[in-house]
Amino acid sequence: MATFEPVLFARINKSDSASIRSYQADGGYSRLKEFLSMAPGDVTNIVKDSGLRGRGGAGFPTGLKWTFLPKDHPGPIYLAINADESEPGTFNNRYLMEKDPHQLIEGIILACHAIRSNRAYLYLRYEYGTSYRTLDAAIRECHAAGILGKNILGTGFDLDIILHRGAGAYICGEETGLIESLEGKRAWPRIKPPFPAIEGLFRKPTIVNNVETLCCVTHILYRGTEWFKSIGVPPDPSNPRDPGSYGPKLYCISGHVNRPCCVELPLGVTARELIEEHAGGVWKGRKAKAVVPGGISMGFLSDKELDTKLDFAGPGKVGCLGLGTAAVVVVDDHTSMVDVLHNCCRFMSHESCGQCTPCREGTHWMTKILDRIRSGNGRTEDLDLLLEVAGSMGIIPGTTICGLSDGAAWPVKNAINKFRPEFEDYIRSRKSSITSAQKMMAAH
Amino acid sequence: MSALSEELRQKIKAEFPKYPNKRAVTLPALHLVHDTLRAVSREAIVEIAELLELHPSEVHDTMTFYNFFKEEDNPLGKHRVWFCRSISCALRGGEELLESVCHRYGVHPGHTTPDGKFTVEFAECLGACEGAPCILVNDVCHMDMTPESTSALIDKL
Repeated sequence: MATFEPVLFARINKSDSASIRSYQADGGYSRLKEFLSMAPGDVTNIVKDSGLRGRGGAGFPTGLKWTFLPKDHPGPIYLAINADESEPGTFNNRYLMEKDPHQLIEGIILACHAIRSNRAYLYLRYEYGTSYRTLDAAIRECHAAGILGKNILGTGFDLDIILHRGAGAYICGEETGLIESLEGKRAWPRIKPPFPAIEGLFRKPTIVNNVETLCCVTHILYRGTEWFKSIGVPPDPSNPRDPGSYGPKLYCISGHVNRPCCVELPLGVTARELIEEHAGGVWKGRKAKAVVPGGISMGFLSDKELDTKLDFAGPGKVGCLGLGTAAVVVVDDHTSMVDVLHNCCRFMSHESCGQCTPCREGTHWMTKILDRIRSGNGRTEDLDLLLEVAGSMGIIPGTTICGLSDGAAWPVKNAINKFRPEFEDYIRSRKSSITSAQKMMAAH
Repeated sequence: MSALSEELRQKIKAEFPKYPNKRAVTLPALHLVHDTLRAVSREAIVEIAELLELHPSEVHDTMTFYNFFKEEDNPLGKHRVWFCRSISCALRGGEELLESVCHRYGVHPGHTTPDGKFTVEFAECLGACEGAPCILVNDVCHMDMTPESTSALIDKL
């Protein structure tokens, strides 16, 4: 197979890659003036025609989302950039912001031109302090160069980007939770409709896009839709609702591998290829027992499912929730799935915003049931109880406002359905694997 | 005697032009106060609310949602050190790293060393999974940590 030439990551290993001088030396911003003189609708159409789907987790077609804005809206329209990257196992946006902030800023400018927005809010998780300082410096460079602010490059287009730091809450990655948080409230997701494109930030039409999505926009404008569609996986002809999985994708690989890393590849590589060819294989000469395909909320692949294509459609074909953030976490065969699942449930219980009862209670009780199992007091019927709780929470059964709950339920469903004998053996053994470190945190 | 210095008030007011209303300055204001005073006291909440033209309960409601801001009964130390406990770090010893540091310095998660030097916290995924286990010192990430390298880092703070 021919080696894929990185696009989003083409510059990240250069010294000084974050500076505007270096970005411009590599051709960055060189055609910005030309693109800003195009009609906004034409930019939207290019992005729509490229087939770009959002990289944040849901995979919604980006150009289509932009067309949901009201036509000829007289008041302000906002772009909110979702840089609240918090899904366990995910760190691709951190690389993009720390190593090549101008690639992102150019994408933001292009997107704002397309949607006729003069103000973009970049919601950045607090923990990314280095990203914050890098972006702040890059935005200052742009103002000095006439690339942000009033009358950008003499085109008459105005744009300011405001950096807004979060305060450590996973739910702020949900687009309406992010909007509520930006407005200075608790990050409780909103009931939809209205969708943000109609009534979003400060009750104005708003588009929320992920960092990697906006970086793709830059390259789609420079290289064209045909280039973008030459990468990745075309639509499945047997599924008229499949828009395909086009373009490059940043895959994160972590956990029990020799070389954890973030690598850019065409959408559609398999989990096995990522582990063997890009992450140096499973560590300590062991085998993979389970693999998270796209952040823990997507569930697990078993060792029999490692040839699953990690495109937007692939993980769903083997019972996972979806591609998610394409963050692959490898669990080796010396590790208990009971312990892994407990870690996932503890995370979701900690991060449930508490607004919807099925999620607030469900995440909590699933963690409690796993605590009981891990204390040696589990009952085999606990497994069906876990499945019952998991089956009753989320957007899919229709009991919650947002998808956090589906993401909390999915690892439970996949772990028990795909690894049930291991759970039964664990319960029968009446052993306990709760560690002293976990007891210390629970006492906190 | 007010809780917020004139300098802090000016910094908060400097955020106003970035947003169409003052309520959106709640998180920026809380960060400014928390960073400087190492806690957000009841008096500080009232004064932030006055500046933002909100009821103090609205500021308190937002503040307590995030589980990030310390109240006056448990203020931050000079530094804050977060230990990631989510899946990628837990698979590579993140929880045990936290435990070893707590034992070494005689401190529990969520609390500050007796000398006030640093507050230790567990965190959910810090987004540095390629360097698991990772820690965050204030807002700077350090990767591939061991008990030894963590202690060396803390001792140099």
